[in-house]
Amino acid sequence: MTLPTMDRRVAVKKLLAARDGALVVTGLGSPSYDVHAAGDRNDNYYLWGAMGGAALIGLGLAQAQPQKRVMVVTGDGEQLMAFGSLATISVARPRNLDLIVLDNQHFGETGMQSSHTGRGIGFDKVAAACGFSETAELRSLEEVDTLCEKLRRPADGPRLFVLKITAENLPRSLPPRDAVEIKNRFRAHLGFASC
Amino acid sequence: MTASVQAKQPETTAVASAPAASEKQWPDQVYDVLKAAGISHMSYVPDAGHTTLIRLFGADPEVVTNVLTTEEEGIAIAAGAWLGGKRSVVLMQSSGVGNCINMLSLPVHARFPLLVLVTMRGEWAEFNPWQVPMGQATEASLKAIGLRVQRAETGDDLVETVAQAAAMAFDADQQVAVLIGQRLLGKKKW
Repeated sequence: MTLPTMDRRVAVKKLLAARDGALVVTGLGSPSYDVHAAGDRNDNYYLWGAMGGAALIGLGLAQAQPQKRVMVVTGDGEQLMAFGSLATISVARPRNLDLIVLDNQHFGETGMQSSHTGRGIGFDKVAAACGFSETAELRSLEEVDTLCEKLRRPADGPRLFVLKITAENLPRSLPPRDAVEIKNRFRAHLGFASC
Repeated sequence: MTASVQAKQPETTAVASAPAASEKQWPDQVYDVLKAAGISHMSYVPDAGHTTLIRLFGADPEVVTNVLTTEEEGIAIAAGAWLGGKRSVVLMQSSGVGNCINMLSLPVHARFPLLVLVTMRGEWAEFNPWQVPMGQATEASLKAIGLRVQRAETGDDLVETVAQAAAMAFDADQQVAVLIGQRLLGKKKW
């Protein structure tokens, strides 16, 4: 039986419309395109590489900005490369870090090869076992609406939500590739000097 | 990991390069230098040579610390900390440098300040042959991905090297690794 999935662009747009000041970090590939498609902003930090880095950049940012909420939007393949990060983040226990895993169960950027998450690995369960304060798997846009409300409320620790999305390659919405510029404008948004 | 190795015999083994009295305090001096450079964030995979720094930072309420499952996590975390306005330092052993290579494309390409302190193995009175390949490849690997690499072989030199490396990293936007020679750390006792 095929379980329901959701449209990734609509889901991400909902999350970003409700970001409420959250700082956003995106994993390489389609999650970066999804976030860019919802509107380019100075408080988005897009990755084009450094696979496995998104959640951990989010951790460092959350620790440096404890008064702001940080939302990482990444894919199942990118998060699989940072499996151990869930242990590191759980031990660090930030109260302002939410991981959103856009899970199409495939490596979409490289030819839609099947990933581990289509073969029984559930990041919500892994994160729960690591000690995240809240985790869930979502399969509908209605559940995303509920999640948007939940994300506004304070957390006791890091949270991770798996959004089961349709496996499809949508038209790319490309963020700037100048990583220095993206970094500097993000820091400027927080009032820090460029360099 | 080296820090958890149990002592199998009394520590009577002759030490190849016993540090002079003036060098025994270098870990404390490195901590002072890093604090003076504005470091308020630290990530690490433990190594015996980093024991004092890990303890001092861990006890410092002004410093956020993270224990890592693998060294490249610290590279990404340091970038995130910089995005958020904090200066971070990453501590690892030379064996961990190999784990970091692709993640280092982040600070190199995006020009994030980066300061990494690497305790060396596999290069001086090494007893474990498994440490030698990565130890010998450490400096070349770091240079190949684009880091500035500096070495120190004495305590005094290390303190000075870390101080100026912090300036290069955070004032000149460089990605700097300081290699702490195994000769300085002394022969491992076990």
